[in-house]
Amino acid sequence: MNLLESVYVALEGLKANKLRASLTMLGIIIGVGSVIAMLAIGQGMRKKMMTQIESMGTNVLMVFSGSTSRGGVMGGMGSRQNLTLDDADAILKGCPSIINAVPEASRNAQVKYGNKNTNTSILGSVPAFLSVRNFKLADGRVFNEREVKAMQKVAVIGPTTATNLFGTSNPVGKIISIKGSKFKIIGLLVAKGASSGFGGDPDDQVVVPVTTAMRRLFGLRYVRSINLEAKSMDVMDVATDEIKKVLRKTHKIADGADDDFTVRNQAEAMTMASDISGMITAFLGGIAAISLLVGGIGIMNIMLVSVTERTREIGIRMSVGARRHDIQTQFLVEALVISFVGGIMGILLGVLIAWIMGQATGWTIAITPFSVILSFGFSALIGIVFGIYPALKASRLDPIDALRYE
Amino acid sequence: MIKIEHLSKTYHLGDISVRALKSASIEIGAGEFVAIMGPSGSGKSTFMNIVGCLDKPTTGSYTLDDIEVAGMSDDALAMVRNQKLGFVFQTFNLIPRQPALKQVMLPMMYDAHTKTDMTERAITALQRVGLAERMHHKPNELSGGQQQRVAIARALVNNPRIILGDEPTGNLDTRTSEEIMQIFQELHEEGKTVIIVTHEEDIAKHAQRIVRFKDGHIVSDVQVKDRTSAVAVLASLPIEEDEEEETV
Repeated sequence: MNLLESVYVALEGLKANKLRASLTMLGIIIGVGSVIAMLAIGQGMRKKMMTQIESMGTNVLMVFSGSTSRGGVMGGMGSRQNLTLDDADAILKGCPSIINAVPEASRNAQVKYGNKNTNTSILGSVPAFLSVRNFKLADGRVFNEREVKAMQKVAVIGPTTATNLFGTSNPVGKIISIKGSKFKIIGLLVAKGASSGFGGDPDDQVVVPVTTAMRRLFGLRYVRSINLEAKSMDVMDVATDEIKKVLRKTHKIADGADDDFTVRNQAEAMTMASDISGMITAFLGGIAAISLLVGGIGIMNIMLVSVTERTREIGIRMSVGARRHDIQTQFLVEALVISFVGGIMGILLGVLIAWIMGQATGWTIAITPFSVILSFGFSALIGIVFGIYPALKASRLDPIDALRYE
Repeated sequence: MIKIEHLSKTYHLGDISVRALKSASIEIGAGEFVAIMGPSGSGKSTFMNIVGCLDKPTTGSYTLDDIEVAGMSDDALAMVRNQKLGFVFQTFNLIPRQPALKQVMLPMMYDAHTKTDMTERAITALQRVGLAERMHHKPNELSGGQQQRVAIARALVNNPRIILGDEPTGNLDTRTSEEIMQIFQELHEEGKTVIIVTHEEDIAKHAQRIVRFKDGHIVSDVQVKDRTSAVAVLASLPIEEDEEEETV
């Protein structure tokens, strides 16, 4: 018997028990569908994280103040504030690979305009934040170095904050009040899209000169972090070394002592994000794979029932000349047909679920050929693995016993 | 054609060994019509299963067409069943839910050689047993006699030289039994070797030769003197309601 005939016989066998075959198939459909959907969500998340990191610039480094250690107890990163504006200047001067240094200090504060007010993040920064953080201006201008030096009360406003305070009218030129001080809005940022940044909504903030934020508004001595732009991605490692050297000098750290700051670059962040999303994808996919496994057990179960029920048929086939491998092929092909058809329908279901979830939640969904091939291959494998035992069982029946089976 | 020497078969049921056949020897020539008789447990069914290559002897020799069959592999035996033997059972053994035509095509599906004209050959075989007009009927739409005729067509379709019947009339009434025996007699006249197992003397008398088994031995082997002709018996039976009307 050739394969085509085997498939035909298998289809006949399945047709004899349509409901049972479809329910068994449903197990595989759900399994493959959930693997596809889960991988689509995981891959979508990864894609989104990568885009975000890339949008922040791949040649960006960040310096955070380091950890404290008191009596052997390590505090977290940034638990001791020790980065100053002077550090930022020192890095810019002392590191040839760094072309921009952007110190940042931020606090939340109430912002008022007329009878409207909102609580938002006030970010103190310098003009170069635009290029380092990949912001663009929709209108107006950013404050300049002179205004930073002079602690001017000028502000660049994020689009969400602008809408909250001004509705649809143009905020540029308006005067707002931050913690009671009057600030003139000189620029409006282009929306980056909500949740497209780490640590808050980049569209809902007010950017003011860092000196103004630290001294006039919040009375801070230290900055939260310094964002640095390197000449190119290739000099990231050199830049890291240069920064460490400069900061150890300005912080007067003795040779052999630990750094009191941390330098992070985007490549590391990317690796981290990739690791995290990889883990989440594996986790989601793994859980979905369990349902596929359960579907496979369903196939085995129903095939065993089928072999028992059709013992006599197996005997008849053997009596007219079916060889052991003919019987084995017949039942294996039946299991494979269930898993193949289930696999194809599962892919369609998975794509549909992923699409619906993407529409409903706004998550990025990425269906990769890899995930389709993986889950289809997995379901085919399950068909073979869970089909082989019942098929072997069928083929090992003794013709006489099989014919006498009631 | 069939030569069996010192054939024995021992079954092991747990700790108990059952010797179903004890050194049976027999020769059956081409074109013979043999009936095998004996009480239950006499070894006649075991003998039939071994002759039909469904079972393997424990010891002894079985040559079919001068080929030793006793030591053959399962797959080789399957090919012998497919090519040289046609088996008809007491319980018909049709596959449920399949139309007659499909049933008859079954042996051809496991035939490595001829793949052409499968439908045509199956129809011819059904015509041979007078059931061509019911080729699309499923077993549950056929009477017992019709089912057995489908089974005979299936046994004939690969054109084997030997037809084996294990109590082929055991589940049928007198008239239908005669009709089935008529087919066997016709096949015999066409030159086929026919071997049937039965426990009914009336049925056995349709054969040329009766072999009796008892306790695993062949106890008698005689030629039938006054053979029954199924055609004559059918002619003498009163005409009943045609069985075909009670079905469909």
